[in-house]
Amino acid sequence: MTIMIDTGNYIAAKAAVMARPAVVPAYPITPQTTLVEGIANYVKTGEFKGEYICVESEHSAMCACIGASAAGVRTFTGTSSHGLLLMHEMLHWAALARLPIVMCNINRTVGPGWNIWPDENDSISQRDTGWIQFYCSSNQEIFDTVIQAFKLAENEKVLLPVMINYNAFILSHTSMPVEIPKQKEIDDFLSKYKPRWKLDVDNPITFGNIILPADYEKIRKDMQNSSENAKKLIPEIAKEWKKIFGRYHGDLIEKYRCDGAEYILLAMGAIGAESKVAIDNLRKEGLKVGLARVRTFRPFPKEEILKLGKQADLIVIDRNISVGSEGALFSEVKAALYDKSDAKVYGFIAGLGGKDVPYTDIEKICKKSINGKAKDCEWYNLEGV
Amino acid sequence: MVEIKTAEELNKKYLREGMWPTIFCNGCGIGVVLEYTLWAIEELGWDMDKVVFASGIGCSSRLPGYINADGLHTTHGRAIAFATGIKAANPDLNVVIFTGDGDCSGIGGNHFIHAARRNIDLTVIMVNNFVYGMTGGQSSPTAPIGSVATTAPYGNIEHPFDICGIAKALGANYVARWPVSHPYQPIKSVKEGLQKKGFSLLEFLAPCPTAYGRRNKLGDIKKLWKWYDDNTILIEDYEKTMNYGNEKEKEEIKNKIQIGVFQDIEKSGFFEEYEKLMMMLQEKKTTGEKK
Ligand SMILES: Cc1ncc(C[n+]2csc(CCOP(=O)(O)OP(=O)(O)O)c2C)c(N)n1
Ligand code: SF4
Repeated sequence: MTIMIDTGNYIAAKAAVMARPAVVPAYPITPQTTLVEGIANYVKTGEFKGEYICVESEHSAMCACIGASAAGVRTFTGTSSHGLLLMHEMLHWAALARLPIVMCNINRTVGPGWNIWPDENDSISQRDTGWIQFYCSSNQEIFDTVIQAFKLAENEKVLLPVMINYNAFILSHTSMPVEIPKQKEIDDFLSKYKPRWKLDVDNPITFGNIILPADYEKIRKDMQNSSENAKKLIPEIAKEWKKIFGRYHGDLIEKYRCDGAEYILLAMGAIGAESKVAIDNLRKEGLKVGLARVRTFRPFPKEEILKLGKQADLIVIDRNISVGSEGALFSEVKAALYDKSDAKVYGFIAGLGGKDVPYTDIEKICKKSINGKAKDCEWYNLEGV
Repeated sequence: MVEIKTAEELNKKYLREGMWPTIFCNGCGIGVVLEYTLWAIEELGWDMDKVVFASGIGCSSRLPGYINADGLHTTHGRAIAFATGIKAANPDLNVVIFTGDGDCSGIGGNHFIHAARRNIDLTVIMVNNFVYGMTGGQSSPTAPIGSVATTAPYGNIEHPFDICGIAKALGANYVARWPVSHPYQPIKSVKEGLQKKGFSLLEFLAPCPTAYGRRNKLGDIKKLWKWYDDNTILIEDYEKTMNYGNEKEKEEIKNKIQIGVFQDIEKSGFFEEYEKLMMMLQEKKTTGEKK
């Protein structure tokens, strides 16, 4: 094991290269650029032996991932914001074709109102594509999740593509020390990718053929079943990782100081990490607050959240807004509790367009909820409206 | 009307002072392209209320934000598609597109091809700096073979696009390429392109010392300008040598970038043809109804 001190993007590049994908097609976009540049550098140093292609758009990047994956090899790419949106058609395609592609998405605001700062509306708006979605809160978690994602995606019980999300700049461009296992250890953990179905001249198959309604419905149901399987596998893989490497970031959610909590805060990504500081401070003041950092938005950790809802009232922070409704996590949390729990659920929209959400604000959000002053879904600290 | 004599007066007349300073680095060629465009508009005496600037994303695509006129700063690669809509909604507007080599020939290549093929009355001003400048220096589809970029630290192995060659082949009405180091011909070409009915493409070779120059031993702006002198050749000179030169002379110029006016024709454009069609169909309808 070595320690590498680097930014989220370079750490993701390191993880991707250590997973030995055969093909990496990518198109640059701020704040993902250093991730692909990192991979290009590994081409130069000879550490990356796969095919790396500077394609002409994100749509092409995902198309090339699909082609390569269908041909039976491990593939990786990365994008952000408008790049992810441009991939949308192909995200559906990759998932429906059951191709275990792994991609990093650096959460960035969607324009117009051109802005490169963190905001989760880019990936939240892709939630129905069939991709598994992780939200990371540290560079170490990025490294570990990229490697684990291949194992999860390629498992025959799952066979769904995985998107690993992390916040623009807060993680993508911030250096942290990260433990990097030896290549041999990664190779042992991630066995060689051997797909049961692939484009093969000796045994021809067709991806994307015409299909009648009844069979199509079966395909969708199978995806749903596989997503349920992923719910079981994610904790298993996390446990195995912990046993080998000693690190653990949680299962579908990461619980922090939830014992005896009467209020539990739910948040994702970097806000999830910042919340730990807030929770420590609130606990010091004697307030019984815990944190459940949601690591996977898809599959959604319904069962775990219901358990939390049976224990405490819930406070949800969303760095996204489903216009015409409310924060996406807030909606889903309430749906998970429906008819099964009496917990109160408070929703807050915060940090859109990259507005800073420091722990002091998170503390205020919690206190407001505890004091019964929170509205149903509140835009926290909105200025001048 | 006050006569404009200096660049300062020109800037005052056409630019949004509140937007200064610009995002452009020292030595960047994009401002020069803007300057040439504004001189052309000034010399034509165009009414700025009749001009709309559209752009995609990139350093070059930031230009409409600085001009005191209507502008549509769109998404990466799509400016020409948006501009087609503007022109269709109000054909009286003069629609000018600022785009980069990446924006126009990479991610937006398809829109470019179809607008040129349909000969839509637009003026596309493409700033070719061989690189994705805004995102920090990744290789672009026009990058010369061997050039170094952050996504090609080992040197580019892909063949570059000849975007003028494509526009010409598609039958665009006006196609020209100039390096910004030539001061007069570009302004003349922009004037011709702006006035031309149908699709016009003006490609400018413009330096990006920050993201391209530095990595390719051309960080010194003087070196970049000299590079243009050493590596470009007038179309007429190129053809003369290729037709009448000896092998050595041909070899010397073989890989040079040709500059000048590649095409200047009068083919009717999409909207003119559409209007004719409408007239014909409407006429048929009214005469048919009379029967
Ligand atoms: C869909 C999408 N993908 C990627 C980007 C990131 N991006 C912004 S500008 C740019 C390249 C710009 O290069 P070019 O068009 O040559 O303009 P320049 O900055 O060199 O003037 C890229 C890749 C984006 N904004 N949108
Ligand atoms: S990065 Fe290059 S293209 Fe962009 S402003 Fe600077 S010099 Fe100009």
